[in-house]
Amino acid sequence: MNHNISRRDFNKLLVSGVAGSALGIFGMAKPAFAAQTRIVVIGGGFGGASAAKYLRKLDPSLSVTLIEPKATFYTCPFSNWVLGGMKTMEDIGQTYALLRSKYGVNVIADTATGIDSVKSTVTLKSGKVINYDRLVVSPGIDFKYGAIEGYSESVANSSMPHAYEAGPQTILLQKQLLAMKDGGRVLICPPGNPFRCPPGPYERASLIAHYLKEKKPKSRILILDAKDKFSKQGLFKKGWDKLYPGMIEWRSSATGGKITKVDAASKSVTTDFGVEKGDVINFIPPQQAGKIAFDAGLTDASGWCPVNPITFESTIHPGIHVIGDAVIAGAMPKSGFAASSQGKVVAASIIRLCQGKVPAPPSLVNTCYSLIGPGYGVSVAGVYKLTSAGIVEIPGSGGLTPMDADDDHLNEEAMFARGWYNNIVQDIWG
Amino acid sequence: MQVTIRSLLTACLVFSVLLIAGTDASAAAKKVQKKKTAEVCVVDPRGEILALSCASCHGTDGKSVGIIPSFYGKSPEYLEAALKDFKSGTRYSTVMIRHAKGYTDEEIRLIAEYFGTVWQNNK
Ligand SMILES: Cc1cc2nc3c(=O)[nH]c(=O)nc-3n(C[C@H](O)[C@H](O)[C@H](O)COP(=O)(O)OP(=O)(O)OC[C@H]3O[C@@H](n4cnc5c(N)ncnc54)[C@H](O)[C@@H]3O)c2cc1C
Repeated sequence: MNHNISRRDFNKLLVSGVAGSALGIFGMAKPAFAAQTRIVVIGGGFGGASAAKYLRKLDPSLSVTLIEPKATFYTCPFSNWVLGGMKTMEDIGQTYALLRSKYGVNVIADTATGIDSVKSTVTLKSGKVINYDRLVVSPGIDFKYGAIEGYSESVANSSMPHAYEAGPQTILLQKQLLAMKDGGRVLICPPGNPFRCPPGPYERASLIAHYLKEKKPKSRILILDAKDKFSKQGLFKKGWDKLYPGMIEWRSSATGGKITKVDAASKSVTTDFGVEKGDVINFIPPQQAGKIAFDAGLTDASGWCPVNPITFESTIHPGIHVIGDAVIAGAMPKSGFAASSQGKVVAASIIRLCQGKVPAPPSLVNTCYSLIGPGYGVSVAGVYKLTSAGIVEIPGSGGLTPMDADDDHLNEEAMFARGWYNNIVQDIWG
Repeated sequence: MQVTIRSLLTACLVFSVLLIAGTDASAAAKKVQKKKTAEVCVVDPRGEILALSCASCHGTDGKSVGIIPSFYGKSPEYLEAALKDFKSGTRYSTVMIRHAKGYTDEEIRLIAEYFGTVWQNNK
């Protein structure tokens, strides 16, 4: 029962050696007598915390260090539920206590400011320098504040919250909704593809509508979209007609949804068709990989990180694995579920690589639940594998909640959405 | 790009074959491929990769804390039968039908084997 394959055998087998080097097998310049293998993870969100936990769970002999500046990580999943008044910020806060105590992850409350891929070191804001044998980077997204005239980080932080990173931004948007008069108008402005959580803005419209219907029923929501279609579109529109008739209007990019300018002073946005005013404006800017990925040269011209799809090792810098929203992962959406799935694949792959073995081909999954109302849930599911065309969805699998699903089905999906949240946060941080 | 991915796949395939060839007859006879070392239990790497995603809805090791069914402690046979029933549609589910269709029967067997034995290592 010996699963070990000597490097010599592997070399003989793959005469070209291309696959071997691409898999990173020969990148580990680590003598056999070396002390504990050191894995460093940057970012304690969905991808990074999953990787850190599963690295230690699957191989307790590893030293795993997680670098994350936030003491409490507020999850974007369910942050729309906070806006809908169904959850509190406290409900969606996760901490690192159990990763420390139960899994023995060395959690450092700091920010990575630089990566030296030649020396294999990470520099922290505090000035500390950490050595790694392999590095995992899961920094999430960064916002392109300069993409639209009139928009900036200070506009986002003072008057037009994106609420696309949960925390103070979510609280600001919620405050504005609470302060809005009955009969007010909410603008939601989603970006073009690709962006974090494709169904996110539409679940948000649904749950804000739920709040308004109960507390401020004369109010309206206008979605000005940079796209001509969106995730789970048919299911959302059907749900809106049923639960919030006449309350939510969606304009595609081609029919006046595309925004060219925002103006914080007059609380308005400009589209190709004219100016729209809003009492609350949730402008969600275009996005790119998290800043550290840029600083470390892990991104390509697209603004996202190219990786080897088996190990998620950067195709630019060997020894550095990138996962989560920052990565280019074929057909997979930028979701917390996908990031966590990638975190586990990366954990298993790194363990195999450190043992001088070839990683198993990846198997990846995504399920995104969206709540349209408290008892009305829909989902999109996907199972992914690697083919010669990259990471693709397995034909015949996955897909959407059926359009003709009955009330019981929709109610069960709403309950499963809650069940999913409870389990995924426990699976990542608990 | 395509060539690279193809060669990567070949590398994985070659190794899967080697892994199978390297195991003994009982393993070939579809027994659980694991061995106890000092602390770590070595499991089938393919089964592990396939199975880990399930925990995002069903909890770590299949131990669910919410309304989604827990399958911690269930046998490989039970899990394999359940997954195959979801795949064929004989067992109703809102979302499992969509997932189960993404796996071959062999992959289902590996997933069932992983979760059907992982809890025994925690004892
Ligand atoms: C409104 C909304 C709803 C959503 N709902 C869902 C849902 O229902 N289901 C779902 O699956 N997904 C959902 N998502 C998407 C999900 O939030 C993201 O896809 C997920 O968070 C991505 O994980 P990540 O690890 O890439 O990034 P994140 O989870 O954002 O984690 C990145 C972490 O890295 C840290 N970091 C960044 N830079 C550094 C640095 N230099 N040094 C140290 N640490 C650093 C950050 O502090 C952060 O904690 C939703 C998103 C939004 C906005």
